Amino acid sequence: MSGPSTYNPTSGIEKWLDQRLPLPRLMHDTMSSFPTPRNLNIWYTFGGILTFCLGVQIVTGIVLAMHYVASADLAFNSVEAIMRDVNYGWLIRYVHANGASMFFLAVYIHMFRGLYYGSYKAPRELIWIIGVLIYLLMMMTAFFGYVLPWGQMSFWGATVITNLFSSIPVVGHDIAIWLWGDFAVGEATLNRFFSLHYLLPFIIAAVVGLHIWALHVPGNNNPLGIDVKSPQDTVPFHPYYTVKDAFYLILFVILFAGFVFFSPDFFGNPDNYIPANPLVTPPDIVPEWYLLPFYAMLRSVPQKLLGVIVMGAAIVTLVFIPWLDTSRVRSCRFRPLMKQFFWAFVVVCVVLGYCGHQAVDAEVAGVPLVWVARIATLYYFAYFWLIMPIVGLIETPKKLPASIAQSVLGDKAAPAE
Amino acid sequence: MRLTPLSPVPPRVSRSLVLGIAAALALSTAAVAAEGSTKRHPPKAEEFSFEGPFGTYDRGALQRGFQVYKEVCAACHSLNLVAFRNLTQPGGPEFTEAQGRALAAAVKVHAEPNDMGETTDDKGEPLMRPAVLSDHFPAPYANENAARASNSGALPPDLSLIVKARMGGPQYLYSLLTGFHEKAPAGFKVADGKYYNPYFDGWTIGMPPPLANNGVTYSDGTKATIEQQAHDVTTFLAWAAEPKMEDRKRMGFGVIIFLVAFAGVLFAAYRKVWKDAH
Repeated sequence: MSGPSTYNPTSGIEKWLDQRLPLPRLMHDTMSSFPTPRNLNIWYTFGGILTFCLGVQIVTGIVLAMHYVASADLAFNSVEAIMRDVNYGWLIRYVHANGASMFFLAVYIHMFRGLYYGSYKAPRELIWIIGVLIYLLMMMTAFFGYVLPWGQMSFWGATVITNLFSSIPVVGHDIAIWLWGDFAVGEATLNRFFSLHYLLPFIIAAVVGLHIWALHVPGNNNPLGIDVKSPQDTVPFHPYYTVKDAFYLILFVILFAGFVFFSPDFFGNPDNYIPANPLVTPPDIVPEWYLLPFYAMLRSVPQKLLGVIVMGAAIVTLVFIPWLDTSRVRSCRFRPLMKQFFWAFVVVCVVLGYCGHQAVDAEVAGVPLVWVARIATLYYFAYFWLIMPIVGLIETPKKLPASIAQSVLGDKAAPAE
Repeated sequence: MRLTPLSPVPPRVSRSLVLGIAAALALSTAAVAAEGSTKRHPPKAEEFSFEGPFGTYDRGALQRGFQVYKEVCAACHSLNLVAFRNLTQPGGPEFTEAQGRALAAAVKVHAEPNDMGETTDDKGEPLMRPAVLSDHFPAPYANENAARASNSGALPPDLSLIVKARMGGPQYLYSLLTGFHEKAPAGFKVADGKYYNPYFDGWTIGMPPPLANNGVTYSDGTKATIEQQAHDVTTFLAWAAEPKMEDRKRMGFGVIIFLVAFAGVLFAAYRKVWKDAH
């Protein structure tokens, strides 16, 4: 679908460049003329939104790093100095802190969209797998970043997460010490986490490059999940999708700005405004909201090592989705049965997040939440390992439209070849 | 001059609902308490001028609250992140620069080494000098050990971020400061040197009741009830925790208005570009 290049250098400099380093040709082919299905809906704008989020995090992060001091004694006050004495430091820090939440909000929508429309199915398996890798890198980066302000939740979150490795038999404790650089979370840990927090976003940017490269070979999937069959099915990326993506991006930025300017601590935990104190453990140690579903899975297993394995398996499972889905049809729009399981899966993820947020012994209407989390965890795994393969085989999909163009334009479309 | 009347605002449905739910929660908490749980009560539904998207700090309350902090809280609680210059900055108590200098000069801070490189006088006492605008508020104790020694083992926390560092924020702090007069349930033991306060986890707190009616004398004529002082010092500490809040909300309105207008332009462009494409 990427097809032959339609770039036609006109000016002297363009011709000169085209024979040496054809950057203008690359830009033209990938961002301007790139044929894109004409039926992409709002859920397809989140790729662009995510690129924006990554850019915002890198730019604000570089500025914050100019003022931040990675030292157990000085980190907390250096963040407060950014909030109080650096010109617009409060703005940059609140954009960065809320930006992480916005990034995850967008990535979850992006992933659910991929699941619903079957965007992981052949020939797009690698796009999906690279995406899972980006998601994993994002979680690591967010975790390292949350440690840096060196508040109570930073310190104790770091302690809980790094201690998970100590559950590995035989070598676990040595691995934990190796991660800490000490015999507990401390100065050395903070410094290496800062180093990694600065490094990983650039690795993410590189892997995003691969993600987009892999996308540009088969081209976009679309809500119908059918292949592009004729040029009539597509429109050039520019101006059609540049303007559409820009409009929805600005709507997203309005939500983002609402949090930054009017409720900047909405996603935060009050305990992180208390300086880290290794001698005082907070009563409830809670991770950031975007990690809560996995935290609920971890806590729903009574044995620590098994819990860690379950949590790891929940993420590793995502890699196998392209081969677990046996359906001939990509989009859930034409899969009446799978559609219901999909929405149940979305609800289950939200329920897991809720369970992760509550105290471990909490109950709702007399039902212990740990049992709710256990059942939800079972559904999470059953969705991928049982429902996806079985439903794909037994379900009768609805009739697919003849072409994208016919579906969008109706009779105006010429018959597809 | 009082800028924020503390008399209850006219009752509204939503507020009485909130109070009703709060009361119900308080009752259920009390019931649980009988079985041994001492989870803190939900905070009172006090309203503050700085809440909501249009809220700003009440200057009068900030200035009075500073007085309460200085005359009452500062005896035990530091405010390490606030400097005297902050008192004169826009969006804060907005004392004039002359007032700020005078407030600073009334406080002694450790002096820099003298020409001889000494930091103590000939009796071994540390050299002191009047504070200037660039100085931070001095802490009442030299270190944590000294603070604990003077407070029967309890550590009075730094108050710079206290409003942001507690679930419930300003309502929590206000309830704590006004919650000392409530009667402990029958059979509830308060340890020696501790005080009953149901708005604190565990219901006993090391801090003696800090506020008293007319414990401070307000120069603007405001009646210094416990509730008034609690309201004022909570406002002051909310500002200390978030001194750029007014800047933030003001810029936020500009940004949102711009973005909405920009979204309108983009929507028009989007409709025009796509007119014939679907």
